Amino acid sequence: MSALFSARRLKAMLVKEGLQILRDPSTILIAFVLPVILILIFGYALNLDTGRTRIGLAQQDGGEAAASLATAFRQSPWFAVVAVGDVPHLKDELVAGRIRGIIVIPQDFSRRAAAHAGTIQAITDGSLPNNAAFVASYADGVRQNWALARDGRAAVQPALALTLRYWFNPGSVSRYFLVPGAIAVVMTMIGSLLTALVLAREWERGTMEAILATPLGMAELVVTKVVPYYVLGLAAMTICTVVSLILFDVPFRGSVLALLAISSCYLFCALGQGLMISALARSQYVASQIALLAAFLPSLLLSGFIYEISSAPLWVQWVTRIVPARYLIPSLQTVFLAGDDWGLFLPDMARMLLFGAVFFAITLAKTKRRVA
Amino acid sequence: MSPPAAPLPAAQLPAPLAEARALVKRFGAVTALDGVDMAIVPGEMTGLVGPDGAGKTTLIRILAGLVAPDGGTARVLGQPAVDAPREKLGYMPQRFGLYEDLSVIENLTLYADLRALPAAERADTFARLLEFTDLARFQGRLAGRLSGGMKQKLGLACALVSRPQVLLLDEPGVGVDPVSRHELWDMVRALAGEGVGVLWSTAYLDEAERCDRVYLLSEGRLLHAGPPQELMGRMEGRVAQIAVPASARRETMRRLRASGAVMDAVRHGDALRLLLARPLAAADPALGVAPADLIAPRFEDGFIDALGGADLAESALAAQYRTIPESALPAIEAKGLTKRYGAFSAATDIRFSVPRGSIFGLLGPNGAGKSTTFKMLCGLITATEGAGSVAGHDLRRARADARQSLGYMAQKFSLYGDLSVRQNLAFFAGIYGLAGARAREAIDHVSEIFRLGPLMDMNAGTLPLGFRQRLSLGCAVMHQPPVLFLDEPTSGVDPLVRREFWNHITALVDKGVTVLVTTHFMDEAEYCDRIALIYRSQQIATGTPDELRAAAAGPDGRPVATMEDAFAALIRAADLHREQAA
Repeated sequence: MSALFSARRLKAMLVKEGLQILRDPSTILIAFVLPVILILIFGYALNLDTGRTRIGLAQQDGGEAAASLATAFRQSPWFAVVAVGDVPHLKDELVAGRIRGIIVIPQDFSRRAAAHAGTIQAITDGSLPNNAAFVASYADGVRQNWALARDGRAAVQPALALTLRYWFNPGSVSRYFLVPGAIAVVMTMIGSLLTALVLAREWERGTMEAILATPLGMAELVVTKVVPYYVLGLAAMTICTVVSLILFDVPFRGSVLALLAISSCYLFCALGQGLMISALARSQYVASQIALLAAFLPSLLLSGFIYEISSAPLWVQWVTRIVPARYLIPSLQTVFLAGDDWGLFLPDMARMLLFGAVFFAITLAKTKRRVA
Repeated sequence: MSPPAAPLPAAQLPAPLAEARALVKRFGAVTALDGVDMAIVPGEMTGLVGPDGAGKTTLIRILAGLVAPDGGTARVLGQPAVDAPREKLGYMPQRFGLYEDLSVIENLTLYADLRALPAAERADTFARLLEFTDLARFQGRLAGRLSGGMKQKLGLACALVSRPQVLLLDEPGVGVDPVSRHELWDMVRALAGEGVGVLWSTAYLDEAERCDRVYLLSEGRLLHAGPPQELMGRMEGRVAQIAVPASARRETMRRLRASGAVMDAVRHGDALRLLLARPLAAADPALGVAPADLIAPRFEDGFIDALGGADLAESALAAQYRTIPESALPAIEAKGLTKRYGAFSAATDIRFSVPRGSIFGLLGPNGAGKSTTFKMLCGLITATEGAGSVAGHDLRRARADARQSLGYMAQKFSLYGDLSVRQNLAFFAGIYGLAGARAREAIDHVSEIFRLGPLMDMNAGTLPLGFRQRLSLGCAVMHQPPVLFLDEPTSGVDPLVRREFWNHITALVDKGVTVLVTTHFMDEAEYCDRIALIYRSQQIATGTPDELRAAAAGPDGRPVATMEDAFAALIRAADLHREQAA
């Protein structure tokens, strides 16, 4: 029996894999074009910030108090008053979707405000419940603040004062935490989906059978599949990082070393998952379905990338514990937004390596030079 | 093709390079191999023969160390197959194991490195293999852009790159044109001459005849082991051909059946080819056979004998089929059918006319254009040029009428695998416009004729291959169409099922049904009234089997013996013509 690893066989397989990657346009597309597209989508199109919501203002009272409140709305950081007029006119604007809500300052507002009983009406579009709730609660907030400032004494005296301060992402810009998430998605695509596909293709075309009948060992095969796609995954990660630093001014407060270490641990795990999927499926169609369901979608939905894990139902929170990307996202976000915190990184890296080890063990047990 | 060398008697055999003892392999409930013994000795062509699903690929994979047996032992070069030195083992899987996005030379280099060919020998070895396979001109071409025959030779070169002592070839001849098959055979035969032990697996029984030693597998069991001549020798004096005019055919068949002395009777044109249960010592007036009628047995005769003989019953399908009325128009007509995809021509100027009540065969290697022609005539694809008609319906104007008057059996199993047999039949009855009592009657008939009764509630996908093919044919004939299109109907099934199919087909033709059939079994061409040979999208010859054999005759004017040889000769002539034109 030949040695477990032969430099010549490893080199031959790596050259072969490299040639195939370079000649297959879909690989180049997934590894280099897709990351850029994803970053652009997450950076520009998917924006979770509220910004200023467009509203219409119907001021039915000509008194001084009403005029002052109207000014408060115009100056609010939450609202942009884009239309003024009577209610029927504004209603048309609301139906047309040009504004998200109507604030009505009723006729007797100034008189009632003098008695600290001034109320306003907020008309919102119930078909967009999030927007509707936002407009209603923030409009009330604007009124309360206005009343506080005007009276000098609280219309409603709060028991304690809350001051909000956002650390690490002072502007609370959502793209700052979306970019690390996008990197996770890209690495999942390359590590799991692409790897599962290229290996399943070898089974489908019968080349796996042919190379397994040569002195090539299973361990060598796995190594020569992992190395090229590991390099490809790191390259895509680098592209994502550079593009987001240049285009979106995402802060990068950690070290390159930490970023590489965290990414490597995740790629190890994702590649293991991809290999395992193809060892179990052996057909490109089935492999792509499994990779999509078991790797890609969880990394998008259950990793804390878009939806906060702590706000999910408890059983979903338990499910996220077996999603490797869940251990990547907090570390990546920390590297970008906060800096190196090895106390946080190391446990998550260990978990990702453990997942990877399990995936590789299953792959080796399942293949073991066996075709059937 | 070179003739087989005289096989050595068993006692003088050299030590085997690879052997299997009482090999057993199961996949779930299916037993793929059931106690198989075999050996590959140096210097011999060892044939592994059997229909699809017989266990050939499983046996080869066990010898290649890719699959572990459940019982028995497999040893290669003195070690258990799983641990055997792989540098000395050449293996070519069914689809050649080539990387299609690597060039010829890159594929060779990869396998040279994997098989540890010493660097000093590389240049010489590559030069030798490229010359041997005639691929030197195509070194830089991607393997995916090679023709089927060239891929097969490159696959062989990759398996040979480190001078293996054992060479395992899994169905190397499938889907390749006869000329390429002959060339490959000669190459491998030359290697065997150098002392390599070769295992050549095949579903073609004519290839089996040329091997030095043959292992005949059927459903995982060994039916015969030894030189093919041994099996054929046992058939000596038992195969006869008698002329029977069409008018007397049914009466003769009845007499043969009643005699109980006939194991197989096949129609070849106006003659019947008989396999007798016992050697014929003297003329037998009851059978109408005389010693002068005896002909040379073939391997297939031995196979049928080993399987216990064919079913000679009259076709129950034809018995309940309506008689197709006479018509002045040809049943099928192709007038210059051409299909082009961009610059590539899949079929060029195909012309033939098939009268009612006859069998027309389209023969050719995979990718030659048979199926394209077929699909144009079915109206499944639109011809770029030319016209065609089926049962008098023009394909351009009355495509739906044309389709309604034909029954179509597709090449690959095209029924719904996850519907039961009954549901499949009901579905096809429905789409052919049968309803209510007529549909029930048609379904009952088909299930009775093809003995599907006990299987009616099984999922079609889980049926054994023979029954799947029967079900496909059943679905195609349920509405009793005047024209039948059969695309490789007997591909991969054992000779008994093939007999049964041809028995139905020839009997239907007597009822006036017209049949268009494709096959890559050249011997099946003998069933056809007329044949068109399709090669590289061209119709290179058309005629009766006798006419084609005569057209392929050599300079001495002697007609070639088999359809395969005729086809090979006609292809060479077409290639020569093409080169001269270029």
